[in-house]
Amino acid sequence: MASAGALEQTAAAAARPRYVERFTLTERLLHWVHASAFFCLLGSGLVLYLPSLSAAVGRRPLVKDVHFWTGVSWAGAILAVSALGNRRALFATLREIDTFDRDDRRFLAGQVRAPQGRFNAGQKVNAILTAAFSVLFLVSGLLLWYGERDTRFRLGGTVLLHDALMYVSVVVVAGHLYLSLLHPSTRHALRGIVRGTVREDWARAHHAKWRPRASDRRPRLR
Amino acid sequence: MDEHEHGLAEPPREHVGARRLGRAGFLGVVGAGVATLFYGQAVSRVASRVTSPISDATGLDRLIPSGGWRIYTVADSMPSFDPVTWRLRIDGLVRTPAELSYRDLLALPKAQQVSTFHCVTGWVVGGVRWGGVRFRDLLAPAGVLPRAGALRFVSAERPYDDYLDLRQASLRDVMLAYEMDGRPLPREHGAPVRVVIPDMYGYKNVKWVERIELVVRPGSGYWEQRGYDRDAWVGRSNGYG
Repeated sequence: MASAGALEQTAAAAARPRYVERFTLTERLLHWVHASAFFCLLGSGLVLYLPSLSAAVGRRPLVKDVHFWTGVSWAGAILAVSALGNRRALFATLREIDTFDRDDRRFLAGQVRAPQGRFNAGQKVNAILTAAFSVLFLVSGLLLWYGERDTRFRLGGTVLLHDALMYVSVVVVAGHLYLSLLHPSTRHALRGIVRGTVREDWARAHHAKWRPRASDRRPRLR
Repeated sequence: MDEHEHGLAEPPREHVGARRLGRAGFLGVVGAGVATLFYGQAVSRVASRVTSPISDATGLDRLIPSGGWRIYTVADSMPSFDPVTWRLRIDGLVRTPAELSYRDLLALPKAQQVSTFHCVTGWVVGGVRWGGVRFRDLLAPAGVLPRAGALRFVSAERPYDDYLDLRQASLRDVMLAYEMDGRPLPREHGAPVRVVIPDMYGYKNVKWVERIELVVRPGSGYWEQRGYDRDAWVGRSNGYG
């Protein structure tokens, strides 16, 4: 009887998928701070930008304040999480995103079967664009704010840049949402950014060059 | 480069040809964006000379929400227009203060023009078709007194107002517009009437005008009290040109 119980246990263990840790809590916090701020900023920004929404909502000074202070809080939260979180892991992540090897370049050239690390080359490009756009959104947004108060900060291209960034970001985010929520072979990645872990077999299939740590024990809290 | 970082003569097989490209990409995008701040307007002006025949022919312009307009307001809600009760008051330094109904206004000689609208924040809408009344036709019945030197436009959107001197108001393409692109002026563009002065930035083109007061000289309007130039010539004021 005891041996039958043990057998059941091993069978259950074999059926239960093994998980590996993909994102630390710091990385996940950064992602969700950025994602929620993005949608607040997009929503309030579109009310300021689209005439039909402007007319329907009104209260422009209030919406302007919401947009501005969301932006300021976003920047503050990103800095705070980066400073107080797992900085060592963040620097390692930065290095990974910075590095493109031959397989990464093949991936970008359209060979999506080229073996990839923890981030595939597309995810690296997404991260780099997101970081660059964040800086530009912040700079052009602050210039719009100060430019309304002081002519020295009024540059001809500020509105143009802020709008263009919005258009490109919406396209990039739409692609990101499609791959993470809908596309059958990649949507498992959503679990990684929500809970930190992904299935080991999925990791091996999609990120063959990544050597993850198994997460049999409770996940790292940072 | 990776060889040094790993302290290996040969890089591990899985990182063949590893190059630090991310930072360069990041700095490239940021640099291009910052350049747009300074040169973006010039580039888009040159580019639109090439692309506008294409977008005119293909209608791609219509993809941009409301043809590139953005609606700037200062109050919590937009004034609403009732053609029955609406009145335009003309007072101040006039012989006989007047109150015009919407119908009175439409009965005045109608002027039409196509002009470009420039916002001080940098966006531009070209080829706007306006219909309305020239100020000499509008003001004639009230009789402007010799002492009067400027018009104060009071918006139904409190506390917005702004001024034009009489010379500016009588430029040949300045009007009080009640039509835009062949239709009655839409609410968000200042229904029923707004000032149109194409040579000056949008904040001088007061929307929702409900009162025109004749005064001795121009004062400081809403945005001028917040640091913008009183004479808002396009390309020659507010730090431009």
